[in-house]
Amino acid sequence: MDRFLWSSGLLEMNETLVIQQRGVRLYDGDEKAKLDVGVVLLSTHRLIWRDLKNHECCMAIPLSQIIFFEEQAAGIGKSAKIVIHLHPASPNKDPGPYQSSKFSYIKLSFKEHGQIEFYRRLSEEMTQKRWERTPVSQPIPTGTGSQVTVMSAWWSICVWSVWESLHLTPLPTSVPSSQAFEDLSKLMEKAKEMVELSRSIASKIKEKQGDITEDETIRFKSYLLSMGIANPVTRETHGSGTHYHMQLARQLGDMLLAPLEERGGMMALTEVYCLVNRARGMELLSPEDLVNACKVFESLKLPLRLRVFDSGVMVVQLQSHSEEEMIASALDNVSEKGSLTSEEFAKLLGLSVLLAKERLLLAEKMGHLCRDDSVEGLRFYPNLF
Amino acid sequence: SEMSFEWPWQYNFPPFFTLQPNVDTRQKQLAAWCSLVLSYCRHRKLYTLDVMEAQESPVFNNKKISRKLSVEAIQVVFEELRKKGNLEWMDKNKTRCLIMWRRPEEWGKLIYQWVSRNGMNNSVFTLYELSNGDDTESEEFHGLEEWMLLRSLQALQAEGKAEIITMDDGKGVKFF
Repeated sequence: MDRFLWSSGLLEMNETLVIQQRGVRLYDGDEKAKLDVGVVLLSTHRLIWRDLKNHECCMAIPLSQIIFFEEQAAGIGKSAKIVIHLHPASPNKDPGPYQSSKFSYIKLSFKEHGQIEFYRRLSEEMTQKRWERTPVSQPIPTGTGSQVTVMSAWWSICVWSVWESLHLTPLPTSVPSSQAFEDLSKLMEKAKEMVELSRSIASKIKEKQGDITEDETIRFKSYLLSMGIANPVTRETHGSGTHYHMQLARQLGDMLLAPLEERGGMMALTEVYCLVNRARGMELLSPEDLVNACKVFESLKLPLRLRVFDSGVMVVQLQSHSEEEMIASALDNVSEKGSLTSEEFAKLLGLSVLLAKERLLLAEKMGHLCRDDSVEGLRFYPNLF
Repeated sequence: SEMSFEWPWQYNFPPFFTLQPNVDTRQKQLAAWCSLVLSYCRHRKLYTLDVMEAQESPVFNNKKISRKLSVEAIQVVFEELRKKGNLEWMDKNKTRCLIMWRRPEEWGKLIYQWVSRNGMNNSVFTLYELSNGDDTESEEFHGLEEWMLLRSLQALQAEGKAEIITMDDGKGVKFF
């Protein structure tokens, strides 16, 4: 920190401001400088820091004093930093905030981010070295001074070449300059907007739960659904359900009759989910809403029922679907063939293997079938015991 | 006798060799297994069984239909037999057991019936005479292993129908 000079902060002729970033704290080596958080400015010639509150507290370092610099990633509770290694101060340097320092580097701690861009610009300026081409009116101490210069010059060349090989090569990829990245970043921005929008709507619903009308709620909820966001308000009760689920249940009641008939009166809930969403095309249903809608079939006196088997498999079946009939026919099928596996049974009836197995298991539970479990697989026989 | 053993219909029914999950079905299955094990042991005059050997024995292993009862299922069958009083473990690890296809009480009854039929109450017999004597050759209890004979007589003793006595060269029994 002893390399800094007090400065007015005003730019000289031929000196241009490149970038500035607020929310930066200075570090003397690894220790926090006894200064508040301020603004750091990068010009073509200098690195300037100014206290946010007290504008008179302003200091600068010429860029020529920088040997090399590197990024320090953020950590838990720690902001990202740029570590800047400096030439030693010349003995006749103008006064600054520090008389002396045991460190030969400082750090800029970016409490409000911006380090990526700042680092990029600093790299550019350090590469271009514009201060050499356009000297300013006021002579800026550059840390020259016989022996010190020779040593530090040699040192800085070595370090700089290493730094260049390390830092300059990866630079293109760290900067999203290609067309593809530009598109992606625009998309990301849009996505961010949408997520924020939906979040604000969700919280509005949550807050105004009591005030807004049912219709508005339904509209908002379906808006959220069409964006693929699950209903945030509902921890739905099974018995009553919301108006939305009841509407949905009626829709399903109409939609599923024909497919159910075709499939022998029963469909796995996963099959229903795929069928329904394929038909809807745009405003897709979430699994939760499908289940909740199915749960109200009975209370709405619709001819469909949601049913859960022991194994946890959920199906939608026609209310007219008779369990006894199904089991009796299963027994007939098995008896006729002597024995059947789930696959054989599924093929026979045109059912999915999953549902075929559930039916056989049910018949076994009722005592009509028994099982033969061997290396040859699982077969069901009529229960002759 | 050299008569070949008549296997029950379940023996050729593949599900017989799978422990049934349905409780009611399982009960019937196990009853059939117990019956099969006992009648097989009776036929072959087997009084003890080794669990590992049993797995390969024709009782639990039907090569014709390529089905065999798993070790776990065999243990379940044996436990059923134990509960019914037809099986006793010989060791803590349950590797070997006594099979009592006739329980001691049942043997005791048969022996006592023979004694009464022949008017031999109040007679004294050595154990050897009972199990291996010429007089008992046609009886079912002929050839009965000593440990089982002893238990049977102990059962009769408990009923007050006999008394086990110690003789010079072993044990004997007096019937009342």
